[in-house]
Amino acid sequence: MNKFIKSLYVGLVYTFLYLPLVVMGIYSFNASKYSLSWKGFTLKWYGKLLANTTLIDAALRSMTIAVISASIACLVGTLAAFMLHQYRFKGRGAVFGSVFVMMMSPDIVIGISLLVVFMGAGFTLGFWTLLMGHVTLCVPFVTATVYSRFKGFDRTVVEAARDLGASEYQVFKKIVIPLALPGLMAGWLLSFTMSLDDVIISFFTTGPTYEVLPLRIYSMVRLGIKPDVNALSVVMIGITVVAVLLSRRLLKERK
Amino acid sequence: MKDKRLFKRFIIGGVLGWITLFGLVPTVMLLGVSFMTRHPDELIDPTFSLQSYFRLFEPALGTMLMQSLLMAGTATFLCLLIGYPFAYIVARTNRETSRLMLMLVMIPFWTNTLIRTYAMVAVLKADGLLNKTLIFLGLIDAPIKIMYTQTAVFIGLVYTLLPFMILPLYAAIEKLDHRLLESARDLGAGRWLTFRKITIPLTMPGIVSGCMLVFLPALGMFYIPDVLGGARTMLLGNYIRDQFLTARDLPMGSAASIAMTLIMGLMLALYYRSMRRSGRRLKI
Repeated sequence: MNKFIKSLYVGLVYTFLYLPLVVMGIYSFNASKYSLSWKGFTLKWYGKLLANTTLIDAALRSMTIAVISASIACLVGTLAAFMLHQYRFKGRGAVFGSVFVMMMSPDIVIGISLLVVFMGAGFTLGFWTLLMGHVTLCVPFVTATVYSRFKGFDRTVVEAARDLGASEYQVFKKIVIPLALPGLMAGWLLSFTMSLDDVIISFFTTGPTYEVLPLRIYSMVRLGIKPDVNALSVVMIGITVVAVLLSRRLLKERK
Repeated sequence: MKDKRLFKRFIIGGVLGWITLFGLVPTVMLLGVSFMTRHPDELIDPTFSLQSYFRLFEPALGTMLMQSLLMAGTATFLCLLIGYPFAYIVARTNRETSRLMLMLVMIPFWTNTLIRTYAMVAVLKADGLLNKTLIFLGLIDAPIKIMYTQTAVFIGLVYTLLPFMILPLYAAIEKLDHRLLESARDLGAGRWLTFRKITIPLTMPGIVSGCMLVFLPALGMFYIPDVLGGARTMLLGNYIRDQFLTARDLPMGSAASIAMTLIMGLMLALYYRSMRRSGRRLKI
């Protein structure tokens, strides 16, 4: 009985989490345009989607920003984690504190404060400002992920390499990066999904010259959404799920 | 040795520079703007003023602020109520299963939040799935109005933020030393007493960090009331956005963001306190 209640509860929570996505998936194959009733299987929304270049362009821009910002965030975040793990210097505690605070900061505060800076500096909102916004969002998370990986391994390995005459750059390239790789890849994936998931920071840091998918959909919601958005969402979910599962598999094989 | 020092300097300098540029400068500028006043032509008038902060406590804004805090608070409480038993069940199963279960919680997150919020519309609208199911089950006769109400906003917030509650709760419950629970039971404590006196205090850091991870974003998610709540409900995030984009009152919007940052500071202090406390108790 107890076990039954537990499974029922878990099932209900999963239903809550997945139901909207499933409904959207069903809609994307439904011949009827508006109502929930099933009017037969169709692929016409996917055809419409292929013809809708604004929507596809926006999706491609989202993907581009996610890949580039995740890569830059990984670079900066790994350097920061390496620094926190290897070096003792004045202000180390402050760096820890600011990484933590930036991680906890609500997206809207990050977005607004960056917007103030961009306006003050006279930047035109677009690709570069959006990139800076997403990198800012992701770096603290990469730092935390990679740092926790560093904490797990033996510091003496690095010292031994140094004693044997390796330069600091060699230490970084031959010892640190390979050891941190699983953490790095996890950090990259986290950043990639965070960038794709973001609405708020994109809202404040990009302009009409670089409209990403969530903003495109946001402006469509008010005018009424067409079913090709359902089709696109299904495609996007498919791409992310396949990408993440594939990379997990790759990570496992490496171990 | 020389290149070592150079490399070290380069890294420390680079990282500190990055934090200054993207962490410190934006915060200081936001703080600066919040103490200025609105200028009709040039956006801001750089004379010092506390006007925006006083306005935060005026009745109209104060009500909005309280309502927003109440909404985010309720959503957080609902997440905790749903998430705690769930995290507990996950933490008590074997490692393989719990990993899979957590993975299943995360998968919806690989889709953009706005797309998921929009997907919620299909479930909640008058001829949507929820109403159809309820009518089919005979629980209601006519469709109930959920879309464009506060209830829809709550559902949207909980739906979007639930995983942020479950993950830290899971981490805290998983660490729980079961011998403590057993000894409490052996010493004659009932289930409820054990839960109240042992489980809750020991998992407090997870509870606090989960609440923090839900409450703070909930205050800011302006697109959820926009998509699900119509124009009726407003969060602090909607207000901040409107100040920046429509009212063009940057100082006011900045002051409201600073208020949000202060709320974050308060929650962080609470978090550190709970960490210290549970740490002290664990050492016994």
